[in-house]
Amino acid sequence: MKIAIASGKGGTGKTTLAVNLALRAAETMPVALLDLDVEEPNGGIFIQAEIVEQRTMHRLVPEWDEASCTLCGKCADVCRFNAILKLGKKIIVMPELCHSCHACSELCPAGALPMRETVLGKLRHYRLGKLDFVESKLEIGVEMASPLIGQTIGYAESRCPGKSYVFRDCPPGTSCAVMDATKDADFVILVTEPTPFGLHDLGLAVETMRHLGKPMAVVINRMGIGNDDVLRYCESERLPVWGKFPNRREIAELYSRGELIYPQVEAFRRELDSILQQLESLPRQP
Amino acid sequence: MKIAFTTNGTDWDARIDPRFGRTDYLLFYDEDSKTMSSVDNREIINVEHGAGPKTAQKIFDNGAQVLITGNGPGGNAARILDQMELKIYVGAGGMTVREAYNAYLNNQLKQGVNNA
Amino acid sequence: MKEIVIISGKGGTGKTSVAAALAYTVPRVVMADCDVDAADLHLILKPVVQSSEDFYSGVRAEIDAQSCVGCGKCEEICRFGAISHESGKFSVDKLDCEGCGYCQLICPAKAISLPEQKVGQCFISDTRFACRLIHAKLGIGADNSGKLVAKVKKEARQEATRTGMDYILVDGSPGIGCPVISSLSGADFVLLVTEPTLSGLNDLNRVWQLTARFQIPAGCIINKADLNPQVTAQIKDFLTQQGIRHLDDLPYDEDFSQAITLGKCLPEINPGKWKTRFANLWQGITKELK
Repeated sequence: MKIAIASGKGGTGKTTLAVNLALRAAETMPVALLDLDVEEPNGGIFIQAEIVEQRTMHRLVPEWDEASCTLCGKCADVCRFNAILKLGKKIIVMPELCHSCHACSELCPAGALPMRETVLGKLRHYRLGKLDFVESKLEIGVEMASPLIGQTIGYAESRCPGKSYVFRDCPPGTSCAVMDATKDADFVILVTEPTPFGLHDLGLAVETMRHLGKPMAVVINRMGIGNDDVLRYCESERLPVWGKFPNRREIAELYSRGELIYPQVEAFRRELDSILQQLESLPRQP
Repeated sequence: MKIAFTTNGTDWDARIDPRFGRTDYLLFYDEDSKTMSSVDNREIINVEHGAGPKTAQKIFDNGAQVLITGNGPGGNAARILDQMELKIYVGAGGMTVREAYNAYLNNQLKQGVNNA
Repeated sequence: MKEIVIISGKGGTGKTSVAAALAYTVPRVVMADCDVDAADLHLILKPVVQSSEDFYSGVRAEIDAQSCVGCGKCEEICRFGAISHESGKFSVDKLDCEGCGYCQLICPAKAISLPEQKVGQCFISDTRFACRLIHAKLGIGADNSGKLVAKVKKEARQEATRTGMDYILVDGSPGIGCPVISSLSGADFVLLVTEPTLSGLNDLNRVWQLTARFQIPAGCIINKADLNPQVTAQIKDFLTQQGIRHLDDLPYDEDFSQAITLGKCLPEINPGKWKTRFANLWQGITKELK
């Protein structure tokens, strides 16, 4: 079962929940955790595990073959992403701007722009007991989060089969990258805070997930700060609230040191276990 | 020598636009013929991504050998400019074109780094 | 006129709280919210929209059923799996279409158009404070882009010129992509807001790699500095190494969430504690602006 853990904004405790939930679950069953926040993956900070595999991830971009080029300039004309420039007698390809649509390559009359692999980022696969943890990180300056997210999901599907749960730590926000990370998920857990910021961003996330037709539940972090508006919102929108994590400085300190929360804070562990129970009660896909 | 400036206007009193890719205008001063020409770059506001390379193309098409700008180009633009054998000077943001040109003549501008 | 951009790399470091407090503190300022994905500044500034404009960005393919001859070439060449057909009728899934236009180029019947997409709105608003706010709202699945950030900043610049303001304060975009580059472009000063967590340090490092290219003077605030003195020290070392001015350490303080809950900024809810602090911070920044 694929469980996406998402939030309307960054810094609400999405990674904290994903990591702790996955490790707690892995005490009793086989699970995988994917860090799909590929611009800023931080799940790895909290998990000390043995590395199983490391891969450089690629995608295809055109490469200029000077010898066969007739300098007609069609490639630069057809590219809508400004990824190809014709400077005098040179054709310059900018992989960072290329969307890999293949138009320039396939429409080049001289076949002078064959598609070649370029680096997207790095994938690392770790194992700790029953947990497989896969994280991908974009190269600095590479903006193509979507293909890396897709490939990371694909990798995990083939390399980590037979898991009770595959948890996905999604990118924050409501952008295309979030859609990529959630569109084939079976269930979405939205993490928020009981403040007006949290409520506002939760609203955006709920709207996005409804657009995708996803069943979802809400987890409220730092309960005790703010007010009851998030709870009231969930009630009126008929969104189940699966967990309420207390606001404690102790938790923030553990997080800051890259430590797990549930082994040391009992109240946190209780909430995690109740979330796992709720997950167990979800209808299973055939 | 032909010098390109990123500017918000079309004469010597225009200010240097600190932005490279999304500059409003490009101003070219030809030191040999002592003539000035300009390119209106304001349609760049319609470009979602890749404004830098697009502006670099215009500098190339106008045959400049020196570029005077403000913050310095971002990674993509820097890569293109690198291919053009162009000398880049930064830190002129907010100066008038005249001031920036004088600063350049007196070696008071920082040479831009192409670290793409 | 000087432009200051506030960025953090990571979410949840208190960037918007700092931006709101500065909106209250800085005289003669226009605020620009370029954190369009999670635009929260308006929850504190409570803008009243004065004017708005639709924002168009990117194109998506559209197939005209009348002229389509059903040859299927478009579906064949689309690398994004955005085109499919059902009982001979071809259609585009807008969520998957990247707007590359390849299908339009090869369509023998010229049945494909690429209309620009209305993806959101851009607003100029009055706020509770003396400043005006330029902000934007994006529709579902629409991505922030260099174009949108440039638009918001351009409106802010025009507003500042029109009303004779001295400063533009930009709540910058998160992440390390094109929107951040666009946020930084043309700025006079970068204000980094970070927190002493390993993730905070990680993300500060990544966003700085990008920022350093622009050679813009930069300063840093370490929020919740007392949460982890060890990482705070590591951040300070990093700042020294990189030539970033360390501006202030803010404590881990429930006032932050309290202020957000009340829809106010820090100097408003506890003037004794925060008013001078942010005034000093602002003074520190103006010094760097020479």
